[in-house]
Amino acid sequence: MRYFTHLFLTIDQTNSTLKKVEAFVRFLDEAPDNDKLWAVALLAGKRPKRSVRTNQLREWAAELAGIPLWLFEDSYHVVGDLAETIASVLPADESQSDRSLAEWMTYLKELKDQPDEEKKIAISEAWLSLSKHERFVFNKLLTGGFRMGVSQKLMVRALSKHLNEDENMVAHRLMGNWKPEETSFKKLLVEKDAEEDLSKPYPFYLAYQLDKEAEELGNTTDWNAEYKWDGIRGQLIHRKGTLHLWSRGEELITERFPEFTDKNSLKIAEQDFVLDGEILPFRDGEPLPFQVLQTRIGRKKVGKKTLEKAPVILMAYDLLELNGKDLRHTPFSERRAKLEKLVNELNSPVIQLSKLIEFDSWKKLQELQENAREVKAEGIMLKQKRSPYLVGRKKGDWWKWKVDPLLIDGVMIYAMRGHGRRANLYSDYTFAVWKGNELIPFTKAYSGLTDKEMREVDRFVKQNTIERFGPVRSVEPEMVFEIAFEGIARSSRHKSGVALRFPRISRIRYDKKPAEANKLEDLEDLIEMIEG
Amino acid sequence: MTGLPLLTFNDNGIYCPKGDFYIDPWRPVKKALITHAHADHARFGSDHYLANKGSEAIMRYRLGDDIKLETVEYNEKLSINGVKVSFHPAGHIIGSAQIRVEYKGEIWLVTGDYKLTDDGVAEAFEPVKCNTMITECTFGLPVFNWPDQESVFDAINQWWQNNAREGKASLLMAYSLGKAQRIFRHINRDIGPVYTHGAIFNSNEILQPQTSFDLSSQRITSETKKAELKNALIIAPPSAINSSWSKKLKPYSLGIASGWMALRGARRRRAADRGFILSDHADWKELNEAIQLSQPENIITTHGYTDIFTKWLNDQGYNAVQEKTLYTGEMVDEKEEGGEK
Repeated sequence: MRYFTHLFLTIDQTNSTLKKVEAFVRFLDEAPDNDKLWAVALLAGKRPKRSVRTNQLREWAAELAGIPLWLFEDSYHVVGDLAETIASVLPADESQSDRSLAEWMTYLKELKDQPDEEKKIAISEAWLSLSKHERFVFNKLLTGGFRMGVSQKLMVRALSKHLNEDENMVAHRLMGNWKPEETSFKKLLVEKDAEEDLSKPYPFYLAYQLDKEAEELGNTTDWNAEYKWDGIRGQLIHRKGTLHLWSRGEELITERFPEFTDKNSLKIAEQDFVLDGEILPFRDGEPLPFQVLQTRIGRKKVGKKTLEKAPVILMAYDLLELNGKDLRHTPFSERRAKLEKLVNELNSPVIQLSKLIEFDSWKKLQELQENAREVKAEGIMLKQKRSPYLVGRKKGDWWKWKVDPLLIDGVMIYAMRGHGRRANLYSDYTFAVWKGNELIPFTKAYSGLTDKEMREVDRFVKQNTIERFGPVRSVEPEMVFEIAFEGIARSSRHKSGVALRFPRISRIRYDKKPAEANKLEDLEDLIEMIEG
Repeated sequence: MTGLPLLTFNDNGIYCPKGDFYIDPWRPVKKALITHAHADHARFGSDHYLANKGSEAIMRYRLGDDIKLETVEYNEKLSINGVKVSFHPAGHIIGSAQIRVEYKGEIWLVTGDYKLTDDGVAEAFEPVKCNTMITECTFGLPVFNWPDQESVFDAINQWWQNNAREGKASLLMAYSLGKAQRIFRHINRDIGPVYTHGAIFNSNEILQPQTSFDLSSQRITSETKKAELKNALIIAPPSAINSSWSKKLKPYSLGIASGWMALRGARRRRAADRGFILSDHADWKELNEAIQLSQPENIITTHGYTDIFTKWLNDQGYNAVQEKTLYTGEMVDEKEEGGEK
């Protein structure tokens, strides 16, 4: 595990992408293949099932450190990271273990079906054989949440340098449903697979928010515009009679959306294809609010009721592969023509074509963009007609042009300590609006402030605490914040009766007194306005 | 105990009614006994000050040459209005002391800030037996366990050497009084030149006469050329992070030397390249050890994780309470945070 811990420390100790890539390449050059495979898997977010419950870890660590459980818990609230808390309370020691990362993964896997007493012994022994840093990494493996500031992009770059291969090729090989237990570094990334994995998706091309005036994009005739739909980005793959649906998070979600495998709704055509589009809750020719789709996201098995309540379609907007031929390098306008023809031929109620918007001036398009909520869209997508389908988030050919967010002024009533970078800092807040004389919480938000502002709010929280509940404090209702969000819908799960889509803090309203914050009626008016 | 306690807490600070003096008051008073020269313990405006000899130079520099300051040696026995008073090494910074107060056989101890590790700069900590101990607990959580200081200084030298090899400066943030001198004591000057921020340059000049090792450095000025800094170690106070002063020093690798660097979140929040776990305060083990050595029946915690540490001490069978003070200990962020409710 020394190689991997060293990689982790190096990456954790720098903010430079260049240095991170360098460190990763060095790791790939030095570490054994098995460790490389596991490192790639972990950083790609593939993690084995937990073999131990975190509650057990807390108890065992407290016992081994000779401190009461309450003291461990209080320390955890300050540190904001369970793996780090455990690593820190145990006696510091030199590393005494030569187990590799892959061997540790096997060690953990074998623990899974052991009785609790055995698990406790094995975990305690592991802790005591590792240095503080190794212990931290080991705990991250145990608890699952491995994030170490390595994006997919960065990993692809390092792998492509190490293998001396094209980045797109590496990105493609990394996609899909592979498991580190079932493959090898060579098989996954080096050997050319004769039987190309039929389910393998392409890396998604992602757009940036338009960062200039639309006029600056030049001639309107060079561009296509379509609405930006509020669903889940997906790739629908039909190859040799098999059908697979992928989400942007590279999750295979075919089973969760049986609409697409149902022969009645989608007759498998003779043609093979890979479609890029938006999985969208949809009824009677209209998208439904995103919250409807949310009821299906977590669910693996979908019943009849759900299918009736939350029907979905694929709003198709690009064609990446047709009959085995990769079309990504051909211009968007050509792909679009083939897409229109294909969707027509499929003639399926669950595959709709994302229509192009007719426009002859940017001004006219802007009017449509500003009113996008009326057609239940989030804004507009702009695509350069001659653009190829790129990999990852790239500027220039594709832009998203989202409508301005909705805004509400709320009063902060609770604050919670954050995690990770924000550990030991009150960074997660609950906001309320007025209902008569009462403040009703309506949303939480924990992003949008600068570090400086966050420290200011942290100071306010500490000086204006009413009550403490573990990591949460109730505070004097004095500070007003402007909350921005993308959508709003009714919800029976919330006390306020509303649920916001993607809430974040847009600014602190120093100029407003708490009494001037919005009322619950204002939120209800917004729902009326949107649902029309 | 009959009548008033030997030491009480009021709006001015820690007060001894019998002896009519204060210890580390935060408002101007008639007579102030000072544990050490850090700004949250040695404040402006009192009529008379009493401190250990080692604190004199810095106190006169910071509070004014004309303050009325009487100094004592460690372990020297004084009597103030019939109350026995003595100063004992706290190991925190040069001249830092724990103040022992005794009346009719009852002993109280005000620790000020302290650490048990001998840093080779401050006079090494000596435990003092007492009935009631007023202690800080800045790092009073079991997650704070300082690594061996040799390994930390090795890491600092290694980091400096690597940066020098890459042709960039090493900017190290450390408190100007205490930690900065401790770093000077342990750096390997063969690696390159050492530069300082004015605040540290000045402190070093004042402390050099009472220090056995070399505190010399070059001060960063508007004339300093970037080329001079490419293999330099630059030591600056934490308030210089992201300031216009530090921007002129680019390219540099940013290191922070603080006990808070034991928390990964604190380090990442400051966007430091390297965090070195180095504190002039006692860690969890040392706090508990100091208390065991002092053998108090009663403990009063003043600053740090007071609520948690007090609960822990009560669990351990001590009679412990917390008191609110304006002492701040080591800061997690550069600006002063207000006291907590």
